[in-house]
Amino acid sequence: MSKQVLVIEDEQNIIEAISFILARDGWDVKTHSNGHDAVDVVRVRNPDLIILDVMLPGKSGFDILSELRQDAQMAHTPVLMLTARGQKKDREMAERAGANKFMTKPFSNAEVLETVRAMMPS
Amino acid sequence: MSVKLMAGTRIRERRLLLGMKQSDLARLAGVSASYLNLIEHNRRRIGGKTLLKLAEALEVEPTLLSDGVGRRLVDGLHGAAGRHKEFSAEVERVEEFAARFPGWAELLNRLSHEREELIQTVTSLTDRMAHDPQLAGSLHEVISTVTAIHSAASILVETKELEPEWQGRFHRNINEDSQRLAEGAEALVRYLEGAPETGRDIRSPYDEMHAFLEKRGYHFPELENDSEGGDVAALLDDARTVCSPGSVILLQDLLMTYVADAQALPMSDVEQLISQGAWTPERIATTYKMTLPQVFRRLAMLPTDLVGPVGLLVSDVTGAVLFRKPLDGFSLPRSGDGCALWPIYQVLSAPQTPVSVTLRQIGMDSERVQALAVSEQIEPASFSTAAVTKAYMLLLPDMDPGGAQTARDVGLNCSICGISQCKARREPSILTKAF
Repeated sequence: MSKQVLVIEDEQNIIEAISFILARDGWDVKTHSNGHDAVDVVRVRNPDLIILDVMLPGKSGFDILSELRQDAQMAHTPVLMLTARGQKKDREMAERAGANKFMTKPFSNAEVLETVRAMMPS
Repeated sequence: MSVKLMAGTRIRERRLLLGMKQSDLARLAGVSASYLNLIEHNRRRIGGKTLLKLAEALEVEPTLLSDGVGRRLVDGLHGAAGRHKEFSAEVERVEEFAARFPGWAELLNRLSHEREELIQTVTSLTDRMAHDPQLAGSLHEVISTVTAIHSAASILVETKELEPEWQGRFHRNINEDSQRLAEGAEALVRYLEGAPETGRDIRSPYDEMHAFLEKRGYHFPELENDSEGGDVAALLDDARTVCSPGSVILLQDLLMTYVADAQALPMSDVEQLISQGAWTPERIATTYKMTLPQVFRRLAMLPTDLVGPVGLLVSDVTGAVLFRKPLDGFSLPRSGDGCALWPIYQVLSAPQTPVSVTLRQIGMDSERVQALAVSEQIEPASFSTAAVTKAYMLLLPDMDPGGAQTARDVGLNCSICGISQCKARREPSILTKAF
């Protein structure tokens, strides 16, 4: 059974592109596009890895990640954060919130694939 | 005040800077200590041999004592030295440098000033990039769209044997995203075109507001009888052509307060008060049932040819400068790093308790000024909220500069203040090694 990647991102066309390349690489890809109930969706789906955008409607990626890290079930799930801002401050905030990796838009498909492969727990 | 009389002040300051006792200088110059005391307090003219001896003892050019150097230039050079402490500039000889090489001194001062302006511009731009929600939102939109186009295009180019259905979908996505990108880029350009055009124009909202007020001489005749508020709107329209939205909001608040203060003390009453003479802020407050902050604000916004020079500083509890109108002979900071000995900070701990102090700001060409300070609570404290307090310091020329009242020696800020052993010092001065 292939491992599951949950992509939480509000740009539909980015979701579509990432889903396509990850699915072609053999991962089971699920998607979600708002921050309001993202934590609940993670609890239900229980993914092996999460790709999480910072700027989401309803709740920021930082807040979602902080909540996930306080939940025993998801405290150690690998999280790759995406943001359009590559500022040092955002990177520091992501690290503080508990992100395992940080990727700045625009990124290449190859970069996403390589990072997911490297981060996925064996 | 004549140039000769001002020489006394310069002699005293130079002596204090060297840490020399008055009696020691008197002995070196061959005059009595009491006579030197009179000279230092500008009550005796000096010249000739006494001036030469004093200059020799103080290790400066005689013309520096007699003619002096502009305060603006000296403050500017001190500021430059303070920002570049690594060069250990000979700050104790700054006046001598400025007097002997005025052109070079002006050049250095100008370059230092321009550098500070550039730093401020970069800071403002960085701040704007980081905190302007509209700009951040627009940039996020553009970058996200670029990401989507980049990913879809890569899939189309790099995926072998891509099914026609997927090809069609990603082509459609690129088409949609390129349209969004064009709209987002246009919106971004429109936004940037509406912003100040050059780096030098980019200042903080408070700086912009003060530049607008200074240009108008801190007085608005059109608001003197403006109970409808129509002229405030016209002034704000005018301000929008040169100010950012943030400073227009600050200006609106200030102009509305101006109108209310003008209604409390109409111009006709001001003219009557002036013609009668002997007015004081306290008497005006009592007669017109105004608060002292109201009177201070009103006086600061009246024409100088009517009430004479009036300065005003307004701050909040953090010391942040909310309003500043300088007075000749007394420098005011642009931000909240003023001298802790000023009464404006003293009154913050005791709202509605006015304080009047004669101040003398250490430095060249300083004048004794009368500082009247008071603070008022804008919002009272509760169990769940903190009190909001504003402090005011009105500055008036000292009407009795030779009088018996001792002036409190104060600085502008610690980094360029020469007062030694000051209990209120926050950081070492470039003028003295003492902390």
